[in-house]
Amino acid sequence: MVHRISGVLLACFLPLHFLVLGLAIEHAASLDRFLKWTEEPGVRLIETALVFVLAVHLLGGIRVLLIENLAWRPGQKQIATAVIGIAGTVAMLFLLLTL
Amino acid sequence: MSDVIAVSIWRGRDDGRYVDYKVPRLDSQTVLDVVTYVQRELDPTLSYRFACRVGVCGSCAMTVNGRPRWTCRTHVGKVAGGGRLELAPLANLPVVKDLATDMTQFFEKWQRAKGNFSPSKTRNDPVVQIRPSSPARVVVDKAIECINCGICYAACDSVRWDPVYLGPAALNRAWTLVNDERDASNRERLAAVAAVGGCHSCHTHQSCERHCPQSINPTASIAGLKRRTVRAYWSGELE
Amino acid sequence: MTLRLYLLQRLTAVLMVPLIIAHLVTIIYATHHGLSAAEILGRTRGSLGWATFYGSFVLLAAVHASLGVRSVAADWTPLRSAALDALMWLFCLALVLLGARGVYAVIAT
Repeated sequence: MVHRISGVLLACFLPLHFLVLGLAIEHAASLDRFLKWTEEPGVRLIETALVFVLAVHLLGGIRVLLIENLAWRPGQKQIATAVIGIAGTVAMLFLLLTL
Repeated sequence: MSDVIAVSIWRGRDDGRYVDYKVPRLDSQTVLDVVTYVQRELDPTLSYRFACRVGVCGSCAMTVNGRPRWTCRTHVGKVAGGGRLELAPLANLPVVKDLATDMTQFFEKWQRAKGNFSPSKTRNDPVVQIRPSSPARVVVDKAIECINCGICYAACDSVRWDPVYLGPAALNRAWTLVNDERDASNRERLAAVAAVGGCHSCHTHQSCERHCPQSINPTASIAGLKRRTVRAYWSGELE
Repeated sequence: MTLRLYLLQRLTAVLMVPLIIAHLVTIIYATHHGLSAAEILGRTRGSLGWATFYGSFVLLAAVHASLGVRSVAADWTPLRSAALDALMWLFCLALVLLGARGVYAVIAT
């Protein structure tokens, strides 16, 4: 379910991301203003959440690929929890590295 | 520990309501005992199913406090925390009355998934030797103990969301036959499980595996079907 | 989902894993080496490498996201086959067009 929600969120975000990039065509100035805006702490938080959502979706997807293609192993729920933990760590690293 | 259990039981059909009963609590008591007490002592109009009462037939499967379980194998102590129980019929199936559901679609999907054996030999051919230790048989044996109780079907999110999805039990059985070298209709079977509503609709939530009282893992069986159908697709045997 | 859609979904997912890691590394690099429009564009303008990288990324993401959206819509909305396919194609087209525009925006000189 987490995997599904994170996917939906990413699907909502992606068009916006593409739109912003398109600003570079004629509106380099507005792209600059946008980039300045992204340095705000509130926006940073949203970016971190976005990376977290991406990591969760990515790792959830890898979990599905593993279950579907490798031998079964008991204790997969524990692995799923560990995966969320790693996702959180990745998001934190992103925040730290880009601060 | 109080000596009375407050039980809410679903009465009616798909539209109905919960009715409350008070049942004396005993030391060794299963949820099936509770239901039986209600029907015998409090309300003879209550409808429910059971047969063996020892966990081998699967007839008594119901929703207990939101989860599908065998009521004969569910000790009251495990689920009636705070002395409360909520009993409803198995989910994802039409309700016949009270706690009894109509299992028709469950078995129809079993047939649609080609969960039935097709012989490839006659009585005049020598018996096929299948060693229990052969890899294919090991795979089959892990999934063969299904007694069609419907718990996995009731627990499955994809069954709930997609009315044509064949469901974990039907697909699990198809998987055991795919791995049975004596079976003759694997071509049709793979086509059946690769159709719309087949194995590819499984989202790997693993609710089936979590709730199966026989410790079967339908998610793994369905994953096997996914791999097998993809292989058949690449080699041109399918579609 | 039929077998083909299923396969496509898994394949685009697998192919995107390295691209995503590269993308995240790129962002971290960019943040440390200049994040103004001019600086970013200075690195990407006229680069065939970036064009290929982000071009393929856009295509894979567009396919993967549309298939995912189709699955979610099939389960959670009353839409059925023809409408689902229409939704999927529409979303895919939107992402491909917007993405191509974005890639063009940062590559074209």
